[in-house]
Amino acid sequence: MGSRASTLLREEEIEEIKKETGFSHSQITRLYSRFTSLDKGENGALREDQVNFRGFMRTLAHFRPVEDNEKNKNVSNTEPLNSRTNKLHFAFQLYDLDRDDKISRDELLQVLRMMVGVNISDEQLGSIADRTIQEADANGDGCISFTEFMKVLEKVDVEQKMSIRFLH
Amino acid sequence: MCVYPCTPLCPPVPSSCYPSMMAALWTLFWALSVCLLGCAGLTPPQAHNLPPSVGSNSSSSSGGGGLHVDAPMALRVFSLDYHHVQAPFEIVLWIMLASLAKLGFHWSGRVPAVVPESCVLIMVGLLVGGVIYGVRHSAPPTLSADSFFLFLLPPIVLDAGYFLPGRLFFENLGTILWYAVLGTFWNVLGIGLSLYGVCLLAPSSLGDISLLHCLLFSSLIAAVDPVAVLSVFQEMQVNDQLHILVFGESLLNDAVTVVLYKLFESFLRLPSVSGLDVLLGMCRVVVVGLGGLFLGLFFGLVAALTSRFTSRAQVIAPLFVFLYSYLSYLTSEMLHLSGITAIVTCAVTMKQYVEANVSERSNTSIQYFLKMWSSVSETLIFIFLGVSTIQDVHMWSWPFVCSTLLLCLFWRTTGVLLLTSVVNKLRRNAVTFRDQFIIAYGGLRGAICFSLVFLIDDFPKKKLFITTTIVVILFTVFVQGMTIKPLVELLDVKRKKKALPTVSEEIHTRLIDHLMAGMEDVVGYWGQHFWKDKFEQFNKKYLRRFLIREDQQAHSILRVYQELERRGQRGDAEASSVVDPRPPSRPLLPEEMDSIRRILSRNLQNFNKKQTRAYSRHSLHQDVATNRARKPLHRHQSVGGRYTCNTTAPQEDDERLSDSLRGRAGLSRSHTVCTRSSRRTLSDSLASTESQTQSQPENPKPEGVDQTSSDQQHPVEKTPKKQLSFNLENENQQ
Repeated sequence: MGSRASTLLREEEIEEIKKETGFSHSQITRLYSRFTSLDKGENGALREDQVNFRGFMRTLAHFRPVEDNEKNKNVSNTEPLNSRTNKLHFAFQLYDLDRDDKISRDELLQVLRMMVGVNISDEQLGSIADRTIQEADANGDGCISFTEFMKVLEKVDVEQKMSIRFLH
Repeated sequence: MCVYPCTPLCPPVPSSCYPSMMAALWTLFWALSVCLLGCAGLTPPQAHNLPPSVGSNSSSSSGGGGLHVDAPMALRVFSLDYHHVQAPFEIVLWIMLASLAKLGFHWSGRVPAVVPESCVLIMVGLLVGGVIYGVRHSAPPTLSADSFFLFLLPPIVLDAGYFLPGRLFFENLGTILWYAVLGTFWNVLGIGLSLYGVCLLAPSSLGDISLLHCLLFSSLIAAVDPVAVLSVFQEMQVNDQLHILVFGESLLNDAVTVVLYKLFESFLRLPSVSGLDVLLGMCRVVVVGLGGLFLGLFFGLVAALTSRFTSRAQVIAPLFVFLYSYLSYLTSEMLHLSGITAIVTCAVTMKQYVEANVSERSNTSIQYFLKMWSSVSETLIFIFLGVSTIQDVHMWSWPFVCSTLLLCLFWRTTGVLLLTSVVNKLRRNAVTFRDQFIIAYGGLRGAICFSLVFLIDDFPKKKLFITTTIVVILFTVFVQGMTIKPLVELLDVKRKKKALPTVSEEIHTRLIDHLMAGMEDVVGYWGQHFWKDKFEQFNKKYLRRFLIREDQQAHSILRVYQELERRGQRGDAEASSVVDPRPPSRPLLPEEMDSIRRILSRNLQNFNKKQTRAYSRHSLHQDVATNRARKPLHRHQSVGGRYTCNTTAPQEDDERLSDSLRGRAGLSRSHTVCTRSSRRTLSDSLASTESQTQSQPENPKPEGVDQTSSDQQHPVEKTPKKQLSFNLENENQQ
C-alpha cells in the first residue's frame, strides 16, 4: 500500500493492483487519470488522505462485470473482488454503518430516509423498515445478518446489476 | 360456471362441467357458422372485400337474390330486409365467430397446451373459408389491406406499446435496434438477391421476375410480424430478456419494412434507378423512423396534458387515450411515416402521466378495453388469414416457394448469429446461443406480409407471390409456432422467473440503483444508470409538473406506500373483525375517498425500474385482493373504516374470474395471469397487515392475481407492519 496519488503510478504498483483487482493495464491507467482529475477538483469528494488510489481501485473492483473465464483463471483461494458475494457485501456495508455485520432497524431507517426524502412520516417509514426486517430475518434477532441479506437477494441478478462496463 | 381452486398444472375444469360446456359451446359455434353460411348464401357471389372495409360494400345493390318481396298486395305482418343491415350484420357475425372460436379453444382441454391459439384460429378460418367456397363456388371475402392496416392492426400495437415493460425495453434498446434495423436490412438484401439467383436458375418458369420484384417481395417477407410473435411467445414463458428482444425487434422493424417496401415499389414505377435514389432511400429510413417517433412523442405529451384536465368528466378519460393514439397512427400513415413506431411511442410516453391523472376506474377501463380490442383484432386477423387462403388465385411453383422458405430461415439464422456476435461485445449481459436460436427460430411472419403482398401493383407473377407468402406464413405459424415450445423446453432455455418479489428485494434493488448511478458518476461512465437518472430528474422537474395534476404530485415512494395501504384496506373489507381499532379522526367524505383512491392508484415507475410482466393479451392484472392468507403477524387499522360493499363485490368477481382464468395451465395468455403471482406477496404482506388475524393462516392460493389495475408493474415497496393507520391528514399535508 502506500502510493500516494500525487506521485506517478509505478509499474510494480500497476502490477499489484492488477493482481488484486483483476483490472487490465489500460483500465488501471485510465482510472488513475480519472482519480487524479477527481482529486484536483477538490470538492471534498475524494480527499487524498481519505481514499488513496489503491482503495479507490479496490472499491471499483467490486463493480467489474463477472466474466466466465475468470473462474478458471483464478487459482488462488481468495474470491475475486467482483464475485457475487463480495458485491453483495459491498451493498450490505452501505447499510451497516456501524460495521457490526448486522443491519439493525435504525440503520435501515436511516438508509430509507435518505432514499425516500422528507415526504414520508417517520411512522410510515418505520413500518416499512419493520416489514423489510421481518421478511429477511430468519433467526428472529430483529436484525439482518449478511447471510440473511444474501438469501433475500438470491433471486436478484446482482452480478448484472452491480457491474459497470469499464472501458478498456 | 364451475369455480374451483386451481393448481397450475391440473386440467381446467372439473369433469362434471366439461361435457355440457363443450357441447353448448360447440353447438353455438356451429349454429353461428350456419348463420354465416346463410348470409353467404344470401349475398350473391361476388369477390368483394369484406364489409370491414366499410363503404366498399357493393353487394347491397344487388337486390336480386331471393328475399325481397314484390310490391305487396296486402299489409305484411312479417318481413325480412336483410340488405338493410347487411354490412354491420356480417361484421358482427365474423367477430362473433372469431370470439366463439377463441372461447372454444380455451375450453378444449389439452389442445391449448400443444397448439398455439393462432394455429387453431387459422384452421377455423380455413374451415369457414372452405365451406363458404363450397357453398358459393367463388372466393370467400378476403381481408382488405386497408381494413387491416387501418382497423385491425392499431389496437394490437397500441396494446403492446401500453404494456411494454419500460425498463427492460430501454435497457436492451440498443440491441433491439441493432436487430431491427440491421437485421432487417440483412434479411431483405439476402433473401432478395438469392431469390433473384433462383429465378435466374429457372428461367423457364420464373424468368419474368426481375431483380426489383424479388427485392420487393423479400422486403415484405423478411420482416418479423409482431402479431404472430406476440401470440406465440406469450404462451411460452421464456426469460424476459429474450422476450423483449424478439418482441421489440418485431415492433421496431416496421420502420425499415415500410420504407423498403415503398422504396422498391416506387423504384418499380420509375423508369430507371440511380444510385442517388438508393441513397435517398437510406435517408428515408431514418426520416420514417424518427418521424414516427416524434409524432408519437408529440401526441403522447398532448394526451398526457389533456388527461390532466379530465377530473371533471372522468367517464370519457379513457377515450382520450384511444383517440390520441389512433390519431398518431393515422397521422403518421398519412405522412407515410412508420405508424407502428408512432403509436408505440405515443403509448409509452403518455402512460405514466395518464395513469397519474386519471381515476382508478378509468385506468381499469383503459386497460380492459385495450386488451379486449387487441384480442378481438388478433383473432379476426388470424381467422381471415385462414379464410383468405381459400382463393381462386393461386399459382404454384415448387422452386420458388421452397427456396423462399429455405432462404428465409437461412438468412435469418445467419443474420442473428452475425449480429449477436458483434453486439455481445458491447452488452453487459450476453445473449447466449440458445437465446440466439430462439430469436432466429421465433421469427414468425404474419398478417402484415399478407396485406402488403396484396398491395403490389399487378404483374404476371403476382399470384405466385401471394401463394408463396401464404405458404410462408402458414409454415412459420404452424410449424415454427407449434414446435418452438417443445424446443424451448428441450434446449432448456432460461425461463421466466416466477419469483415473488419481496419488499426487501425492492428496497435493496433500489438502493443498488442509486449506488450504481453514483458509481457511474464517479467513474465518469455515462452508462444506463446515469442517463436514467438524468431523465428522471428532467421528468420530475419539468414534465411531471406540467403534465400531472397538482394534487397528484406526491413523491413516488409515498404513493407506492399508500397504494399498498389501500390494497391492505381492500383486503380489509373482506375481513370480519378489526383488532385494535383506532378511532378514525373523522369520517371520510366521498370526495376525500375519491382522492384517496386516486392517490393510491398511482402507479410508480420510479426509474422505470418496475418489471412489467403484463405481456399477455388476455391477462389483465385485476384489481383483486384475492388472497386469503392472513398471516397473524401484524395488525393494521384503517382510518375511515371499511370500504363500502361495492368494492367487495368486484373483488370477489375478479377473484372468480382470475380463478377460472388461472385454470389454464399452459394456456396462452392466462398463463401469465397465473405466473403473475408476484402479487401474492403484495397481498400477503398486506393481508398480514389486516386485522383479521384471528383467521387461521390458510395457505395462499397458488397463484394469487392481486394487482390493481393501475399497477401492473410495481413491486411491493413498503408495507405497514405494526399498527399503522391510514391517516388522511397525514397524506393531505404531504
